Amino acid sequence: MAHAATHDQHDDHHHGAPKGFFARWVMSTNHKDIGTLYLVLSLIAFFIGGSFAMVIRAELFKPGLQLVQPYFFNEMTTLHALVMIFGAVMPAFVGLGNWMIPLMIGAPDMALPRMNNLSFWLLPFAFVLLLSTLFLPGGGPAGGWTLYPPLSLQGQSLAYSVFAIHLMGISSIMGAINIIATILNLRAPGMDLLKMPVFVWTWLITAFLLIAVMPVLAGAVTMLLTDKYFGTSFFNAAGGGDPVLYQHIFWFFGHPEVYIMILPAFGLISEIIPTFARKPIFGYKAMVFAVASIAFLSFIVWAHHMFAVGLPLGADIFFMYATMLIAVPTGVKVFNWVSTMWGGSMSFETPMLWAVAFVILFTIGGFSGLMLALVPADFQYHDSYFVVAHFHYVLVTGAIFAIIAGVYYWLPKWTGRMYSEFWGKVHFWNSVVWVNVLFFPQHFLGLAGMPRRIPDYNVAFANFNMVSSIGGFLFGASQLIFLGVIVHCVFFSRKQALDRVWEGARGLEWTVPSPAPHHTFEVPPLIHDEDLAHGHAVD
Amino acid sequence: MGQHQDVYFVPSKSQWPIVAAVVLFLTVFGAGHWLNAEPGESGFGKTFLLIGFVGVLAMFFGWFRAVIRESLAGRYNAQVDRSFRMGMMWFIFSEVMFFGAFFGALFYARLYAVPWLGGEGHGVLTHQFLWNDYAAAWGANGGNGPARIGGSFETVPPWGMPLLNTLILLTSSVTVTIAHHAIKDGHRGRVLLFLGLTVLLGASFLYFQANEYMEAYRELNLTLKSGVYGSTFFMLTGFHGMHVTLGTIMLAVMWLRELKGHFTRDHHFAFEAVAWYWHFVDVVWLGLFIFVYIL
Amino acid sequence: MTTGGIRIKAWAATACALLCGVAWANPKPGQLNMPRGVTEWSERPYLLNNVALGVCVVIGVLVFGAMAIAMVRFRKSRGAVAEKWTHNTTLEIVWTTIPVLILVVLAYLATGGLTTFADTTGSQMTVKVTGYQWKWRYDYVEYRGKAIDKVGFMSRLDAQSDETRQLGSGLDPHAVQVDGENTYLLNVDEPLVVPVGVKIRFVITAGDVIHSWWVPDLGWKIDAIPGIVNAAWATIKTPGVYRGQCAELCGQDHGFMPVVVKAVTRSEFEQWLAQRQARAAPAPAATAPAPAKQG
Ligand SMILES: [Cu+2]
Ligand SMILES: [Cu+2]
Repeated sequence: MAHAATHDQHDDHHHGAPKGFFARWVMSTNHKDIGTLYLVLSLIAFFIGGSFAMVIRAELFKPGLQLVQPYFFNEMTTLHALVMIFGAVMPAFVGLGNWMIPLMIGAPDMALPRMNNLSFWLLPFAFVLLLSTLFLPGGGPAGGWTLYPPLSLQGQSLAYSVFAIHLMGISSIMGAINIIATILNLRAPGMDLLKMPVFVWTWLITAFLLIAVMPVLAGAVTMLLTDKYFGTSFFNAAGGGDPVLYQHIFWFFGHPEVYIMILPAFGLISEIIPTFARKPIFGYKAMVFAVASIAFLSFIVWAHHMFAVGLPLGADIFFMYATMLIAVPTGVKVFNWVSTMWGGSMSFETPMLWAVAFVILFTIGGFSGLMLALVPADFQYHDSYFVVAHFHYVLVTGAIFAIIAGVYYWLPKWTGRMYSEFWGKVHFWNSVVWVNVLFFPQHFLGLAGMPRRIPDYNVAFANFNMVSSIGGFLFGASQLIFLGVIVHCVFFSRKQALDRVWEGARGLEWTVPSPAPHHTFEVPPLIHDEDLAHGHAVD
Repeated sequence: MGQHQDVYFVPSKSQWPIVAAVVLFLTVFGAGHWLNAEPGESGFGKTFLLIGFVGVLAMFFGWFRAVIRESLAGRYNAQVDRSFRMGMMWFIFSEVMFFGAFFGALFYARLYAVPWLGGEGHGVLTHQFLWNDYAAAWGANGGNGPARIGGSFETVPPWGMPLLNTLILLTSSVTVTIAHHAIKDGHRGRVLLFLGLTVLLGASFLYFQANEYMEAYRELNLTLKSGVYGSTFFMLTGFHGMHVTLGTIMLAVMWLRELKGHFTRDHHFAFEAVAWYWHFVDVVWLGLFIFVYIL
Repeated sequence: MTTGGIRIKAWAATACALLCGVAWANPKPGQLNMPRGVTEWSERPYLLNNVALGVCVVIGVLVFGAMAIAMVRFRKSRGAVAEKWTHNTTLEIVWTTIPVLILVVLAYLATGGLTTFADTTGSQMTVKVTGYQWKWRYDYVEYRGKAIDKVGFMSRLDAQSDETRQLGSGLDPHAVQVDGENTYLLNVDEPLVVPVGVKIRFVITAGDVIHSWWVPDLGWKIDAIPGIVNAAWATIKTPGVYRGQCAELCGQDHGFMPVVVKAVTRSEFEQWLAQRQARAAPAPAATAPAPAKQG
């Protein structure tokens, strides 16, 4: 009866995807198609941002300027960060969330499907706007992705960057609202909050962070805009303002933003490790609670990015202690992942390999994060390559490794076919080796005194820079394997995937066919607790 | 019809999102080009901005028309309604955070930046080496910083127009609530009366605000360029004014929809959303009145 | 110079650093750790860095070790059967408490370093540092209680580095040397000259955008912010030439504005200062408080 009822609502609802290309992909209201769009955009941005990184590493291959002018180099560092953060990492998580959250909680779609499509379509336009500045007279933004004034006010492209950030902000806020409404309102009966997969939990918390901080970023860049074009003095000491004010507002956004890029990664890893350890996650509630406390702490640590601006002593101390505190819930997460593996029955398919690498390498990034929190030491580390190494361990071997793990994990569910396990492993081993060759020496460079964001350096820094560049080129090249694996899986693979793709996989997403049909759970599923990963969560 | 309630409404394909993305892009691209145009140079920036802006209006009209039609066709069950409510609630929360950035700037400038430039506490050396003739003060004597950017100015006295505007907005919050109760009672005449009153109050707020701005620019020499005082004053009141404008327009649309009989006793979420928004605008104003005008 | 030569030197430097722990004046090829520095305070970040690194290595060995054991022992291919437990209260308490204790120790060490750093009282000399795109200006403000007038100068990237660093210059960065030491991008036309054994207060600001004044051997960096003055101090123990760079992105030539501090004995410094004062006396050049005119 319920089916009949749906039928009169939509002409094309039960006949799978709309026929026309434009109707299907541009006018979509389907969470899976929109999720795919996000993931494709993210992959494109990953290669664009990656090619900027290649320019950077090529110029830094040896001392002396060989390839680009310093200004262009600065454009590359700035746009590399903006494209990777707002174009690759965030859309990838939104894409994974779009695809999987409704499937994991038994919802027919996202709560607000049309808005969902708008959230996506703002992004390509925002990036066209941002990247088009490279071809405008005066060039693109070159003051770093943080757009610190007064330097950012010197750029001709400021208005375009600010508007691009506004569009991305609108997109993120709408996306986050959608995710919250979906999770809180569309769970199938029986899917209690504390039975939800950890990935869903992490996304719920991330969505709150997004709604809380993206508007603050919008406000901060709006003040940049008025300072440059309308004569305001927010960031001008002569007029009673303060350049440091911008940094406070920016990092009030910026630190939670860092967690926006890592909390869903925690969620992914918390799905993958139990699946391949064939053992439920250790300390489910502790995991959820740890994520929530990390999210809370992220609002009171922002000035740890500003220890060198000359904060009052009390502020330095407060932000140092608060930052160090984050190590505790983060530690809990790592210990819980290890405990999940302990006593399991592990196999190491490609997603698991990435997840294991995540745990180790993200922890290394966490270690350097702890070191950076110690203010006197940070007076040395700050704005050096040590910081570059730190956040690339957290964002590349953290966020991006988790995303790649998630893609391998769910790709068979999306396409209905298995990817090539062999090439997935080739991709993994190349990536994991070269990423360390790329970033580990950067710790040494920073400790030895090499500042970040410089196009050229003293010969003392030559050896490690060359090593790092070689690692960079090969890591970059390894990602072409990823592209190959995906293309093969989507278009050429013949190996049919099972509905429950992985033997140890639990959760509603594995109860639907592979590939997941265009519409799923139009009628809420009957939930059997044993289907869920946390159906009997006791702790 | 019973089963109907159990199924969540997933709209079929829609052109509005892509239209929205395109017109928003045109708007900001035009604005960006216009801001970067050399003085006197006309360029295509303004044209794009205008086309984009008109497009945004058209898009909202079209998108909401589609939603209203679905709503009138009875496709939104209680669960869909809840999604809309959550959407609106969290949208308002994001607006709160947006204003939070500007309030943060105001507090920082008042409590830290200006006093430090005047040599207080952490700012001793800044004052001694760079601005040793600056006597820090908020408001007229010093709120535009040591360089007195924008020249000397006077502040808007809180107990004139701002107080009047406070009373207007508070009253309008009451009238919109009365209108809400009237909807629930199914009393259409009262809805139209009080909702109409709310619209008029909103419009008169804007009228007075515009007068205040003109007075500030012409007589008080208080402008957007009056240092950080002018910056925070106009940024906060200006963004608030934009929200009142939007709120008034939305209220007017609700009035028209009531006139057309769109709302029923228990199906009038659009009205409620606008009322929430209006209360939010009201609360922000109270914050402004206290922190921008009085203190 | 052959690359082989460099490599041998690099290893020698590294070995020396690891074995005898002496202070290096400048970055060395293959340098793995933070310099110990040459001031009374610079040991603090160095020690803190080493302690924190040690803590991280120990935790890392334990955690990754446990992971490695798990991955070997609990493999499905070795017939491991998954257990069902998901909870262990004792363990969870332990791994929450122990990190807290470790953090308390680190926080204690760090706080000590921080408070001593913040204390600029008792300085016997003040130097004003101003960052410009893309050079530094040094003004000597005060020495042992006496105000100094008109001793100040710009400090720019040296000509040889500047020529070599041009895109496609065809010049070899390895050829930029002073006294057999490579100074490519780490040398200036005129270094900051300071005495050893004197607590020097640096007051740091900027004329255009934010820069950051960093000499690793002094143990800290601090931002040079236009319109704001920051303070830091150093008591250099050993004479020498200490090199650093601007550490805050400040535009296209951010990579090309090194900081060079030449620490000399007190008597040498006093001689140098007297000379500069004599030279400055007849010519009424712009004075320290208005450096912008010379920029
Ligand atoms: Cu942070
Ligand atoms: Cu710089």
